[in-house]
Amino acid sequence: MSNTEINVEKLTAKDFSSGIDVRWCPGCGDYSILAQVQRTLPNIENIEKEKVVWVSGIGCSSRFPYYMGTYGFHGIHGRAPAIATGLKIARPDLTVWVATGDGDLLSIGGNHFIHACRKNIDLKIILFNNQIYGLTKGQYSPTSEKGKVTKTSPYGSVDYPFNATSLALGSNASFVARTIDREPKHMAEMIDRAAAHKGLAFIEVYQNCPIFNDGTFSELTEKDTKEDNVVILEHGKPMVFGKNKEKGIKLEGFHPVIVDLNDPKNSIDDCLVHNEKDDSLIRGFILAHLTDSPDMPTPIGVFRQRIKPTYDEAMVEQIDQVTKKKGKGSLEKLLFTQNTWEVK
Amino acid sequence: MSEVREIQEKHIDEVTVRFAGDSGDGMQLTGTQFSDTTAVVGNDLSTLPDYPAEIRAPAGTLYGVSGFQLHFSSSDIHTPGDVPDVLVAMNPAALKKNLSELKRSGLIIVNSDSFDKKNLKLAEYESNPLEDGSLSGFDVMDIPITTLTYAALEDTELSQKEKSRCKNFFALGLMYWLYNRPMEPTIDWIEKKFKNKPQFIDANEKALKAGYNFGDITERFATRYTIEPAKLKPGIYRNISGNEATALGFVVAAEKAGLNLFLGSYPITPASDILQYLSNYKEFGVKTFQAEDEIAGIASAIGAAFGGNLAITTTSGPGLALKTEATGLAVMTELPLVIVNVQRGGPSTGLPTKTEQADLLQSMYGRNGESPVAIVAAATPSDCFNMAIEASRLALTYMSPVILLTDGYLANGSEPWNIPAVDSIPEIPVKFHTEVENYHSYSRDEKLARPWAIPGTKGLEHRIGGLEKANITGDVSYDPDNHFEMVKLREEKIQKMKDSIPDLEVEGDKDAEILVIGWGGTYGAIKEAVIHTRKKGYKVAQAHFKFIHPFPKNTEEVLRKYKHVLLPEINLGQLAKVLKSEFLIPIEQFNVVRGLPFRVGDIENKIIDVLGGSNE
Ligand code: SF4
Repeated sequence: MSNTEINVEKLTAKDFSSGIDVRWCPGCGDYSILAQVQRTLPNIENIEKEKVVWVSGIGCSSRFPYYMGTYGFHGIHGRAPAIATGLKIARPDLTVWVATGDGDLLSIGGNHFIHACRKNIDLKIILFNNQIYGLTKGQYSPTSEKGKVTKTSPYGSVDYPFNATSLALGSNASFVARTIDREPKHMAEMIDRAAAHKGLAFIEVYQNCPIFNDGTFSELTEKDTKEDNVVILEHGKPMVFGKNKEKGIKLEGFHPVIVDLNDPKNSIDDCLVHNEKDDSLIRGFILAHLTDSPDMPTPIGVFRQRIKPTYDEAMVEQIDQVTKKKGKGSLEKLLFTQNTWEVK
Repeated sequence: MSEVREIQEKHIDEVTVRFAGDSGDGMQLTGTQFSDTTAVVGNDLSTLPDYPAEIRAPAGTLYGVSGFQLHFSSSDIHTPGDVPDVLVAMNPAALKKNLSELKRSGLIIVNSDSFDKKNLKLAEYESNPLEDGSLSGFDVMDIPITTLTYAALEDTELSQKEKSRCKNFFALGLMYWLYNRPMEPTIDWIEKKFKNKPQFIDANEKALKAGYNFGDITERFATRYTIEPAKLKPGIYRNISGNEATALGFVVAAEKAGLNLFLGSYPITPASDILQYLSNYKEFGVKTFQAEDEIAGIASAIGAAFGGNLAITTTSGPGLALKTEATGLAVMTELPLVIVNVQRGGPSTGLPTKTEQADLLQSMYGRNGESPVAIVAAATPSDCFNMAIEASRLALTYMSPVILLTDGYLANGSEPWNIPAVDSIPEIPVKFHTEVENYHSYSRDEKLARPWAIPGTKGLEHRIGGLEKANITGDVSYDPDNHFEMVKLREEKIQKMKDSIPDLEVEGDKDAEILVIGWGGTYGAIKEAVIHTRKKGYKVAQAHFKFIHPFPKNTEEVLRKYKHVLLPEINLGQLAKVLKSEFLIPIEQFNVVRGLPFRVGDIENKIIDVLGGSNE
């Protein structure tokens, strides 16, 4: 079958469902992610379903590939980025997605994650961050807040959490975004943008686990609080938030401060204008770490997007160059090199 | 002009030479050059590099000594030699460290310039062995190699330090003279190596020639040796190390299977060479991924196997331990994967640069659950080529992970290799599944292999993973009976491989009283011991396992034929354990775990011992 053949009939969400019963707990944020992925992928231009592969590790989130009507690989704990890397390098023609959780990606799989980012492997990684170990029934995770009381931290966790977005930025991921399970439209937009990005795309999804960590993100999702607690990052636009967009974020040196835009002393022109293409990582880090301060809103959106050659692309290019120079490999030449001698 | 002097030309059959010096003295290079030239001259040969784990240990110290042993002969040989006849020692530490293994009355060539106070102290010598008579039993040639090298390079523009680094070529030149070898192969090599640094071409060539000429003019050497070419089987030969042979084997296997080759690997001694070699073969489309760790090495290979490549990962013992869980994933997902374990001394970091055979049980059983993988082992450096192809063939034909065991000795050791004609190597038939109708991801063919349907194939979208699979459909299944069925099927599939592996071959006496068996890199030592004991009149036979899981079909039949079965292993009896438990046959063990290959003499003595002692 030719690779260039284009699907004539339009794919739908249903085509991206494997049809098996989804077995997450009722109310789990994972449902929303699944729905948005299944809804978004069919709209991607020229998508060939058989060329999409979902790879996962272990955890609630990692059941994701079973529910997708695409090729899928449910791997072992933490190793999804590594499995996906091998697959993508071997088959650059495929679109490889990774579904993973905070324990899977940031604890046991932390090493694979940072290196996949660093190498700019053309993978799309969706982190289902519920700040808890769900499948093992409720232990604190590497993104759980300090002081969290769980089964393994009955007196409160003494661990400092990872900020996943900051870690991805620090590892030089070429596309870094954050979204929330309860913001389907925004999530769909992030998925769409990640799919369009050539290079490693990382999306952190704040995902509610109603069973073991219910309401952890409620301030960001409840109607009466979310507008005051979430700032939506949009390229080229000033950072404003609040019910009536009456608050803005301004940088004083390297310090972000909230300004009241109702006060005539302040102008929207003073607010930080979001630039996803910023050469410097500094503003990205400042934004990623707004969550460190309880007074600051939590940014969602694309933090950063850089276009640079991907690892898999560069490897193919190198192979092509060497092959051009040396000619296609010949086993005869390979085995019978110059240092041979003949015994008669 | 020196006068033409009388030099006695002596023909000998074989000799074992050991080059030893500081890790920075270039002894591995010197040894390799001598080996390559010796191969070109047509001798049979076998080498044993022996180097410390430290890259550049402090100069002059005992633990910084690096050695390279080479056994060459005008007839068939199989080991790098038990005891060297000749020791080239570039400093006191090299002499001290190697003297005890040198043959009594053997020849010692030392760089006398290095026997100064400082180096003697570093080597923990209380007095200078060149002067205190302690070497009286040996034939000692103390030659001021450093001074002579400087003299030869007087008119070059190199610094003293750079000049000093040429002294190994002086020593090499001298050895070429002593054993009547041509200098051209090394000169060619130097010219290629230093293509962009003409000053080094000039200097190294000068040093080499100065060493050679020194042999010619010095009064010290009364004898010069000739070793006639060996009567090897007709064919085209090259000298090859186990790691290079392994790398070539995989390139060939991939071509023969019509697949792209993918290697996911993390550098580890003594396996890194395979990654290095394969990184060169871009014109074959080989993709090498230097992973962030051992686990990513195998995990990426599993991903590549899912994608339809011939996927391999290479490592050594500690790395195999790290790959354990992922190996189980390959078992569960029934994907073709070759895992190469170049065994080294263990446990833990152990002896990174030394050889051992102690990972067999790890390979067999070192995973959670009933997790069978196929295990094959290479017998000689050049056999690594065949076994890499065999491992690939089994993996691809049976959709299974296969562990290929080699070891540090095979990996770094080298021997002449009768290069097979490319056409004589059989194709490996591989067919990706494309039929949409009746497709089930865990249905099986007559070999019990499941279909390989790769992403990109329309209509065959399916999911695999580490959870137990329902037989045939491949859906996740927790059903007890299904699990039991699958546990049995996975083992049965490995046993099916028996149909396509060769029988265990027996060499030696038909009416032998004792069968000496072995596996992996001990082949040469056992073979020589068997030859020697047979020459002494004992009735001895040999059989060597290259396929360990499963064993060849005729294994039990062969083992039951003999009064005694002796199994030398460089471990505490790992294959012995497996054989005994599978066949309930008594096996005499011979286990030596010193990080070194077996000494032929030790195996010989053991054979005689088992047979009731000397017949003389
Ligand atoms: S345990 Fe939590 S994260 Fe896991 S499926 Fe249930 S609700 Fe979702």
